[in-house]
Amino acid sequence: MAETKNILLVGVGGQGTVLASKVLATGLISAGYDVKMSEVHGMAQRGGSVTTQVRFGDKVYSPIIGKGQADIIVAFEKMEAERWIDYLKPEGVVVANDHAVPSVPVLIGEAEYPKNVIEDLKAKVDITVINAVEVAKELGNIKTQNIVMLGSLVKALNLDNIDWEKVIGEVVKERFVDINIKAFNKGKELV
Amino acid sequence: MKKLLTGNEAVARGAYEAGVTLASAYPGTPSTEILENVANYKEIYSEWAPNEKVALEVAIGGSIAGARTLAAMKHVGINVAADPLFTFGYTGVNGGCIIISADDPGMHSSQNEQDNRYYARASKIALIEPSDSQEAKDFVKEAYEISEKFDIPILFRLTTRICHSKGLVEIDDRQSVPMKEYNKNIPKYVATPANGKKLHVVVEDKLKRLEEYSNNSSLNRFEWNDKKIGVITSGVAYQYAKEVFGDTVSYLKLGFTFPLPKAMIRKFADEVDKLYVIEELEPYLETEIKAMGIDVIGKEIIPNIGELNPDIIAEAILGKKSKTVEKNEDNVVGRPPTMCAGCPHRGLFYELSKKKNVVVTGDIGCYTLGSAPPLSTMDTCICMGASISAGHGFAKANEINGREGVKVFGVIGDSTFFHSGITGLVDIVYNKGNAATIILDNRITGMTGHQENPGTGYTLMGEPAEQIDIVKVCEAIGVKHIEKVNPLDLDQTKKAIEKAINTDEPVVIITEYPCVLKKSKQDEIDKYGLNRKECVVDSEACKECKICLKAGCPAISFEKGIGAIIDETMCVGCDVCLQICPFDAIKKVGE
Ligand SMILES: Cc1ncc(C[n+]2csc(CCOP(=O)(O)OP(=O)(O)O)c2C)c(N)n1
Repeated sequence: MAETKNILLVGVGGQGTVLASKVLATGLISAGYDVKMSEVHGMAQRGGSVTTQVRFGDKVYSPIIGKGQADIIVAFEKMEAERWIDYLKPEGVVVANDHAVPSVPVLIGEAEYPKNVIEDLKAKVDITVINAVEVAKELGNIKTQNIVMLGSLVKALNLDNIDWEKVIGEVVKERFVDINIKAFNKGKELV
Repeated sequence: MKKLLTGNEAVARGAYEAGVTLASAYPGTPSTEILENVANYKEIYSEWAPNEKVALEVAIGGSIAGARTLAAMKHVGINVAADPLFTFGYTGVNGGCIIISADDPGMHSSQNEQDNRYYARASKIALIEPSDSQEAKDFVKEAYEISEKFDIPILFRLTTRICHSKGLVEIDDRQSVPMKEYNKNIPKYVATPANGKKLHVVVEDKLKRLEEYSNNSSLNRFEWNDKKIGVITSGVAYQYAKEVFGDTVSYLKLGFTFPLPKAMIRKFADEVDKLYVIEELEPYLETEIKAMGIDVIGKEIIPNIGELNPDIIAEAILGKKSKTVEKNEDNVVGRPPTMCAGCPHRGLFYELSKKKNVVVTGDIGCYTLGSAPPLSTMDTCICMGASISAGHGFAKANEINGREGVKVFGVIGDSTFFHSGITGLVDIVYNKGNAATIILDNRITGMTGHQENPGTGYTLMGEPAEQIDIVKVCEAIGVKHIEKVNPLDLDQTKKAIEKAINTDEPVVIITEYPCVLKKSKQDEIDKYGLNRKECVVDSEACKECKICLKAGCPAISFEKGIGAIIDETMCVGCDVCLQICPFDAIKKVGE
């Protein structure tokens, strides 16, 4: 009996968390897991904080989790990792994109973007920091940062037994499949 | 075959499989994707109505004609549709009809978290609550059977976590349901007082028979385990309870929740030692159960504010608190939603923000973000349509009480104007008001994710449609001062605002420019010149005055020693900042 695993993906509207979680869920289903997934839409396109929760196991009831329940947090933006860190199990892991998207209070000078987010997180949790934006840029399409992150997530959760290249081929638009497979494999190497 | 579907997709699939042929809705999170998905099934005529009342009335008409129909809306939409709803409860249906209410516990994107289960009881119609995507699909199909068997509309209540969570769903074929015959039936469908009196008697009788059904319905079930603890629950709260207690407690899982299965509840209460009710938001079940004289524990330990999750339940009932990693609040800055870079609403709000002695009665849409810093240019936001009418009331109250020198502006989006703004404008003209109205026509229903509306020239099914001309509507109402401006032209916008301030009669300003996220067709690209060049800051010329930051554009940041910085990947060249800069330090790329 496989215990239910909880994944929390966090980021900022427009970073592609939705597509990444779609690939993830499709892969997990192909491996025979029961999967539930929950995302909050609505204000996502307006630069707000976005989260997607993916839960998988033999039988999953709740589509969402509470604080202290995530086995892994995948943060597409580093301050978002801190915002959601109380959802992590103390023994859980974080994969964080070393990338800052300043929010409006920062842009208009009402607040300062925190300087030491990563250091602070390192001091309290098991965290892998990757630079998905750089990797995606090198691949020639910054938008693939979401699939770079997904690659790292798969590695961190030991989900290599699933044929992810096939899954990407099924979910992603045809002309973006190759570059996303590259992005995925790069992401895996980073963990 | 199994597919991973959201609750909204599953409802659409259920409607398809149940043989529905007509569906009408007005968008609203978290319900919007229901009709967007229904529209993918060509067998179903589907439409965006201008508001929820119209949507429900369309579904009612289709049902009386004999077709299986549905109307979908967010929870507050039911308030708008409440008038036909209550009388529809009396008349009943011909073809089956379900009304979908998507409630939003936790207010992910709503102005309140009302619990619409009460509407079923108040309007005397049946209530069904699925707890996941599979049930959403199955229960829709069952709902049509019940609706036709008992001649009653069904309130099909979803919540955000049902609508937007995905689960595996078994897919079936469409059942072809021939349209029912229509026979003129004045006593049933013409709700005059004389007929209404008789219909009220009929509906009370239907409810008695429905309670009997409820006690035998497959939508309500016992799950017997250890009987020391019993849990009565419905909707997504059932999933949370299962997550926490698994098979260690007994459940009465309710899917058909009005009329309640009182015999089942009594039996369950008799057999378990300790009884809990776990439900999200209001004590809807709990109050009814307590009124039966049954002792239950509910809202004294489970919050009626915000959404639930398994953790809240575990803590409330088991006193179990999960260990967490401590969050460093100093390292977290808020990330409120904001108008996009290039949003055409920005220019209008920037100019309005500079005016003293104006009151801005707002409305609901992306432009509500004009209330957020740094623009902070909004005084009220109540519900869709209230900008114009509440503005009129504000101005009239000032007038009668002798408060002078304040100009009231009602600001409203195009979709919202069609939804419920027109009647407010009629009120202003009819009753000689002087509140000004600004219609922010971004050529689409923006906030809910780009739905067509009566002004955009296309229908939900993608067909070209008559574009309802806002200027002509205002003219027909009798507004004498109507001006159309490009909100990205700050000078033009400012002049129009000033003119309105100095006019003591009804004024309408229409700011017309497409939403920056809209996928515009070529004619719009040409008409509005949408291929704009980005802006750049000439660091030499930048005096670090920070005035450009007052526009609140997410593409502009600031660094001491460098000055303003424009993120080239975000900028679309709307030129608002370029016009604001007092030192001409912002230029077009390549110029
Ligand atoms: C009664 C009701 N129905 C639906 C909604 C959901 N809703 C919020 S804003 C909005 C549309 C706004 O569109 P528009 O007026 O064109 O403004 P835009 O967002 O494009 O600026 C809708 C449908 C609501 N809040 N209340």
